[in-house]
Amino acid sequence: MLEDRSVSGRLFNVFNITLLGIIALLTILPFLHVVAASFTTSAELAARRFVLIPTVWSLDAYRYIFSTDTIMKAMGVSIFVTVAGTLWSMFMTTLMAYGLSRRDLLGRGKIQFLIIFTMLFNGGMIPTFLIVQQTGLMNSLAALIIPVSINAFNMIILRSFFQNVPTSLEESAKIDGCNDFGILFRIVLPISKPALATISLFYAVTYWNTYMHAILYISDSAKWPVQVLLRQIVVLASGLNYDGGEYTNIPPPEQTVKMATIVVATIPILIVYPFLQKYFAKGALLGSVKG
Amino acid sequence: MSGPNLNYNQNTEPVFLSKQEKRQVKKQEMIKSIKKNKLLYLMLVPGLIYFFIYKYIPMYGLIIAFKDYKPYLGILASDWVGLEHFIRLFQGTDFWIIFRNTLTLFGLQLVVFFPIPIILSLMLNEIRSNWYKRSVQTLIYIPHFMSWVVIVSISYVVLTLDGGIVNGLLEMMGFGPINFLMSSEWFHPMYIIQVIWREAGWGTIIFLAAISAVNIELYEAARMDGAGRLRQMWHITLPSIRSVIVVLLILKIGDVLELGFEHVYLLLNGSNREVGEIFDTYVYTAGLKQGQFSYATAVGFFKGIVGLILVMLANRLAKKFGEEGVY
Repeated sequence: MLEDRSVSGRLFNVFNITLLGIIALLTILPFLHVVAASFTTSAELAARRFVLIPTVWSLDAYRYIFSTDTIMKAMGVSIFVTVAGTLWSMFMTTLMAYGLSRRDLLGRGKIQFLIIFTMLFNGGMIPTFLIVQQTGLMNSLAALIIPVSINAFNMIILRSFFQNVPTSLEESAKIDGCNDFGILFRIVLPISKPALATISLFYAVTYWNTYMHAILYISDSAKWPVQVLLRQIVVLASGLNYDGGEYTNIPPPEQTVKMATIVVATIPILIVYPFLQKYFAKGALLGSVKG
Repeated sequence: MSGPNLNYNQNTEPVFLSKQEKRQVKKQEMIKSIKKNKLLYLMLVPGLIYFFIYKYIPMYGLIIAFKDYKPYLGILASDWVGLEHFIRLFQGTDFWIIFRNTLTLFGLQLVVFFPIPIILSLMLNEIRSNWYKRSVQTLIYIPHFMSWVVIVSISYVVLTLDGGIVNGLLEMMGFGPINFLMSSEWFHPMYIIQVIWREAGWGTIIFLAAISAVNIELYEAARMDGAGRLRQMWHITLPSIRSVIVVLLILKIGDVLELGFEHVYLLLNGSNREVGEIFDTYVYTAGLKQGQFSYATAVGFFKGIVGLILVMLANRLAKKFGEEGVY
């Protein structure tokens, strides 16, 4: 595009660039403040109003939260649920997506309709809760995985990817004596790596962030994922308990401890963020191209 | 009036017979296909079992909305009560409160949130430096990947009266402390600011993709005619992505009842429940906290049906606008 060198054009540029810069900074400022505040003492935090740079640096908050194994246990639970859940969901989703990607399969349309319908209407919280109870998953980590094995949306996206694999590849493999499983694992999956990475990340983020299912299905605090623990430490301990003060006998943790817990619960997402950004943006667009 | 006659002719017996034949042929084809593709069908089995147990059995479980469900009796043995729970819902005062709250939050989403990603993407599109554009995008996408627990937790620690930075700054500027977290007036601003914070950046992706497809020659022609940047945005970029905007707007309307259980639940407390309780959180409280399984299921059922109707209407509307629809 041609450069716009008029006065109004330049003015527009300056204004636009500045405003976007401010928006971007405002977006991450709360995160930065929390990180900075987690590395200082409570006295410093209470006495001096600083946004980003404290005068006193301290690791007290981190020493405190790692003095017991509560947070490490919760991190362990979250990591387990994320890894196991992603593997399980990818297994289930891939099989179904590949089966449905083959256009010559009779009944394919009807099955797809039944699956898409579950995105529009479902039994809702209570009937789902009852079936989770009846399938014996209450209070086990499987309750965070099995009831959400396949995300219909992810499955449809993956199916669309598989549909675009040239059929000539599949046919030549068939002539070489490959059965459908062989075609899937030896031909289709290796050339679908970007798609598999995208969907895996979709699942992994969902599993890491899981909260609702944990409060619905898991009452044993030893099995809480880190999101539930974070909620307990930050919100419920402030006496703002929505459910009417179940935990108010515990003395509220210091502000810096809350900050440090937020940081610890967020780090894994930030580590994979470069990948998330790369693959998610593509995935988000794919989601809008329906097949 | 030859139309009806023609139809009559088509319904004579030979056609009917061939239909039966067709059905038989179809059956044979089905058996052949299953034999030929038995491994493919086998691949579908785990997924089908999953959808059956965790999606379709709960739909069947909705019948407890018409029963007086007792956990020790189970779904089948519990007594039928007809529409009692629905009548209670519509006659109670709770209904109008959660109805009003749900509509308010939806209105905020539609009026306050919806335009922001469009404006942001128009602004991003005007950035000539790729490096700067990408940096801004990298930063504004971050909150989308944070859980609602993290988003709400950060809001709590910065807004709390107990040494939160926002009240600290207010105090420095000579304003009294504001108890954002425990106030019913601040519930709505807090809700929508958190939605904007988490989703506005991410929401630009789809609009930016639409903008990138706009024909560059249009801009060049407009510039020849002396149109400035703002006028180019208004007369070229916006009209070019109008169909995307319309479809997303319609979809948003279809999603009127999907305001996010987690987000609202995390924000609720005794002081803001009056303005914050929506259908989803009400189902949770009534059903799982107070043990009124049947009543809560009825509330959820009502919400689900209204949601389904809205999505279908929205989809039909989207198709009317010349888009292919979503489902």
